[in-house]
Amino acid sequence: MSAPSEKPTPGWLAALPAAWLAVFFLVPFAIMLGVSVAHRVPGGFYEPGFELASYARFLTPFFGKILLTSVALSAGAAAICVALAFPFTVILARMGRRAQTLVLVALLAVLSLSEVIIGFSLSTLLSKTAGIGNFFAWLGLIAESRAYTPSFFALMTGLCYLALPYAVLVLYPPVSRLDPELGEAARIMGASPMRAFWTVTVPMLRAPLMGAGILVFVFTLGVYLLPQVLGQPAHWTLSVHITDQAIFQSNLPFAAAMAVLLLIVSLALVGLTLLLGRDRAGAA
Amino acid sequence: MIRRRTFLASTGAAALGTLAAPSVLRAQSGPLKIGTYGGYFEESFREHIYPDFTAATGIEVESIPEPTGEAWLVQLQQAARAGQAPADVSMMAQVPRIRGERAGLWAGLDTGAMENLGNLPEHFVHAYDDGRTYGTGAVSWFITLVTNTDVYPEAPDSWAELWDPANENRLGLLALASNSFLLEVTATVHFGGKEILATEEGILEVMEKLAEVKPNVRLWYRDEGQFQQALETGEIPMGQYYHDVTGLAAADGKPVRSTFPQEGAVLDSGSWVVSRASEMLEPSQVFIDYMAQPEVQAKLARFVGTAPTVPRELTDLTDAEFAAVSSDIAPILPQYDLYIDRGDWVNQKWTEIVTG
Repeated sequence: MSAPSEKPTPGWLAALPAAWLAVFFLVPFAIMLGVSVAHRVPGGFYEPGFELASYARFLTPFFGKILLTSVALSAGAAAICVALAFPFTVILARMGRRAQTLVLVALLAVLSLSEVIIGFSLSTLLSKTAGIGNFFAWLGLIAESRAYTPSFFALMTGLCYLALPYAVLVLYPPVSRLDPELGEAARIMGASPMRAFWTVTVPMLRAPLMGAGILVFVFTLGVYLLPQVLGQPAHWTLSVHITDQAIFQSNLPFAAAMAVLLLIVSLALVGLTLLLGRDRAGAA
Repeated sequence: MIRRRTFLASTGAAALGTLAAPSVLRAQSGPLKIGTYGGYFEESFREHIYPDFTAATGIEVESIPEPTGEAWLVQLQQAARAGQAPADVSMMAQVPRIRGERAGLWAGLDTGAMENLGNLPEHFVHAYDDGRTYGTGAVSWFITLVTNTDVYPEAPDSWAELWDPANENRLGLLALASNSFLLEVTATVHFGGKEILATEEGILEVMEKLAEVKPNVRLWYRDEGQFQQALETGEIPMGQYYHDVTGLAAADGKPVRSTFPQEGAVLDSGSWVVSRASEMLEPSQVFIDYMAQPEVQAKLARFVGTAPTVPRELTDLTDAEFAAVSSDIAPILPQYDLYIDRGDWVNQKWTEIVTG
């Protein structure tokens, strides 16, 4: 414990983000909780009340499957993004300073693209009339052009395109700070480059890797436009169904209940991941 | 030339108004905010309808682009709770119009001050159960079978095309039961009429039949623009879409056509309603009354491509002009109560059976 006067920042400064969080997260969340138990008026809106009908409606195999689809899509995107971003970042960190800056600026530029632009660009790129199908047909790989969207592949490509920069930006600081001598020491002691990578570099970066995965997972859970543009109805995530209920069916209680459940499930999964990570780190 | 004239006329009227009324009063009231569906509709109204209305009445208009009716309904409702009206008058499709009626969202209108309402057929004058009138039919539109003319040199003639295995992975259909009205279409085409939709068993049977189109559906769209673009390029060469917008695209030289199928096209309509939070009730009534004139309805048919809500005899539309926006084939009328009284159930089953 250090004396207050030695602290670099005054303690009350923490009150600012706390107040921010309370006003812009906790209060809306409380309203959402309140709406989720309100009484749905069929053919109208809702009136204040307390009932669990909206939650009960969700607890069916149908919505269970949708929740599972959402979680699986996001988990898949997280795994792919981390698998791509990690070697990418390691290579990036070994490049010259100027090249690093250029690549990072390009990545940041990708962040400025909205979900809408990414979705429609990809759907054009994968279309039958204007897409890569024509190129493949020209090369003679396929007999005639075909569409590659809507499909699981198209959707996953979109999700990864959207989220990859975030994974790289999370991984870049720890990777660039990594002491190269550790890897060299492993090499001197006879480890192959791959072995040094897996037994020295990866374990040291377990926390950032997990952090990047969680960020992509949570980020892609909220995506609702890409599944509509690039996916088939089977890939419509819970976010799509929440939007349908809130906007097209005027059923705010049910939409709120789904949002609350989605939040609980994603928090639980993130918590579980952190817990598993800590145990394994402790055992290692 | 027309634009220039209306511009001069409207600025003239505005200047007169400024002279006549104390400036403070004018600042308080502001222009009348009128909401119509954003995009082509809103542009057409801004260009062809509002300038003449301002010239005729001296009431300035601020045009508000609406999202889909259901989304706009939620926004109007939330705003009304806070005493705000994002638009005074709104054009509403029938399902959100009735939902708003159930919630008491629309202001009652003084029909005594609106002499043109008599032009409208009874089903286009909407009233609460206690008899208070709250809205009128604004425009009618058809949802028809549309095709890309490059991919389909011959126009299709029946909704049955949707089920044809030859059209595998080629269709674009509206994603929701309550705006696609495909249940009514399916019942008409395969079950001899909409009577089967009276019971839940019947509705399920219709949904199972409709689910057979799934292999043919490439896109279930919520956003109109998404489908229109794909239709124009031939990426998704067939589907259901709005007759008015398709006609305009074809007039622009796009390779698309709209066909009235032999079983009839779906006839839906938009209605004018006023938010109860609006403080501009009187000018709103003037506008709604103005829009019920046969001349204005004829102008809508010519410039916006919508079918008139007043009987055709009252308008001066020629046969060719009328044929461009309507058809002699009896239309399929949506069964709106399906999406109001049984809305949640129909939506749930639709998601499970049809799009799921």
